[in-house]
Amino acid sequence: MTATALPLPAAADQRGATDHGSRLSWIIPDTITITWRNLKAYGRNPDSIFFSSVQPIMFVVLFRYVFGGAIHPPGVTYANYLMPGIYVQTLGFGVMATSIGLSEDLHKGLIERFRSLPMVDSAVLLGRTAADSVRNICVIVLLTVVGYLVGFRVLTGLLPFLAACALLLFFGWSLMWGAVIIGLTASSSETAQLMVFPLLFPLTFASSAFVPVATMPGWLQGFARNQPISAAVDATRALMIGGPTAEPVMKTLIWSCALIAVLIPLSVHRFSRISA
Amino acid sequence: MTEFAIEAVGLTKDFGDVKALAGVDLEVAPGTVFGLLGPNGAGKTTAVRILTTVLAPTGGHASVLGHDVVREAAAVRATIGLAGQYAAVDENLTGHENLRMVGRLTHHSKAFARARATELLERFDLVDAANRPVKTYSGGMRRRLDLAASLVHRPPVLFLDEPTTGLDPRSRIELWKVIEELVREGTTVLLTTQYLEEADRLAARVSVVDHGRVIAHGTPAELKATMGSTVLALTFDEPSQAAQAAGILERSASKRPRLDGTDVELIVDGGTGVVIDALRALGDADLEPATMALREPSLDDVFLSITGHRASLDEPGADEPGADEPGADTAVSPGDPKGTTAPSPPPDSPRHVATTSRGAS
Repeated sequence: MTATALPLPAAADQRGATDHGSRLSWIIPDTITITWRNLKAYGRNPDSIFFSSVQPIMFVVLFRYVFGGAIHPPGVTYANYLMPGIYVQTLGFGVMATSIGLSEDLHKGLIERFRSLPMVDSAVLLGRTAADSVRNICVIVLLTVVGYLVGFRVLTGLLPFLAACALLLFFGWSLMWGAVIIGLTASSSETAQLMVFPLLFPLTFASSAFVPVATMPGWLQGFARNQPISAAVDATRALMIGGPTAEPVMKTLIWSCALIAVLIPLSVHRFSRISA
Repeated sequence: MTEFAIEAVGLTKDFGDVKALAGVDLEVAPGTVFGLLGPNGAGKTTAVRILTTVLAPTGGHASVLGHDVVREAAAVRATIGLAGQYAAVDENLTGHENLRMVGRLTHHSKAFARARATELLERFDLVDAANRPVKTYSGGMRRRLDLAASLVHRPPVLFLDEPTTGLDPRSRIELWKVIEELVREGTTVLLTTQYLEEADRLAARVSVVDHGRVIAHGTPAELKATMGSTVLALTFDEPSQAAQAAGILERSASKRPRLDGTDVELIVDGGTGVVIDALRALGDADLEPATMALREPSLDDVFLSITGHRASLDEPGADEPGADEPGADTAVSPGDPKGTTAPSPPPDSPRHVATTSRGAS
């Protein structure tokens, strides 16, 4: 007696052909569905969006008006120097949302449900990072508005500005994969949040984001010049307010690709281990 | 090829040093309800997670409709529905959106997903709440939506992990009716439960699990027959009276009474005559119980009758990693050792109280 001879309700037969090849073709539709679902969640929680945008605005105000008077970058106004740093910092700390979102899905049993469905597993991770990239577009728009209010001006032109935004989104997406691993590892979403912070804090502040690296002690300069956050800040700054662009943009792309090459396989491995 | 809708042979699962499953065999005939009965931490949820491909077994193998749960996970996923104890629905989506999402993720068209969502919301009496976010739902509504979500792609095999735990009696009975309806339509159901009453009402066959082992299996009637169908529960004013009464009942009845402080319980398997005899014996000794009740046997009674110990609800083993607790998923991740104590050892040898021939269907 074969399985197909069982008294099945309709619909089982039409999916008999879920072989590996046809499964891969579902990766995009499944990712779109998960992205849609994550964006709905953001839309339904406007309060969390509001409060997560308060912090970067406070940083803008803090650096522009409290510390800014004491920091004199050569050749540019501090508002123009600061804002590229704020973009990168905000996208960097924004990866917490990725960790929290995945951690909550894991601990609320959603991932278990997804796993029992004939969907492509990795769409859960791709849909998460895609939704958070859409969120980053909103963050960039918000920061640009705030920046203009405090005296920031794009000095290069629309195309370089858009190139900077695209670079920011790509860099942000590469950082998210680190957050994916944290979100899938942490015992709760609160822990995930706490784990992201000490990783990003030194990278953000020992960088060219808020003060010129030349003002730092010699031993710190080597680190600050070459780490990924500085590369992204320098590239954004060059594309938005001018200066040599090729080197920082290349550096940022190399860092992003390196992060992706290492972190995506680790994330997928981590995700598959959850079920082992 | 197999004639069973669900089959497991020698299934084991270790979480570090903890043996969540220590060799489980299951056979579920198509179109029937199979009950996995056991206390928290017995390994019921672990078994369901393996059978639904969510978790890989450490040893043994299992198949659903002839598809191996490890090697042919994709084929298994296309034929099963899973509704869990921890209602896995998206709180931020509405009921309708949740069902549509599952429809899309089971690779149906937008139009089908939409129509099926509407149809299921009607069936589960959730039409009024269809466009409200699930976080505003009551526990019973969530559970119904969770069950609806597991049915979107009309799976021929359905896994229900403690479908009614934590529900009020009315919601429980409603859910039972839905499950019965699904079975009439031909669905095979494997459900886990802590309630003998639930297994009795729904399941054609039951396996009792404890500490990752099947300790008894058979029909609910066979299971109950091994221990009597009614429990006589007496309470006395003084523990000394209770002890005296237990002594008297031990001589007059075939089963040993259970003594716990001022409570005495006697499993009655010989009809009302046994009750009359028991009360007469107590009356002759001038022992008058403060309260008296006749009740249905519980899982606890089954356990006591099979293993000689109570269901391990109040034992340290109940909250172990790999146990049927929400923490079970965290215990899975290596480097996150949550519990360190091992559960108490399994009973010496599984006792199959009622093994019947398999051919009957």
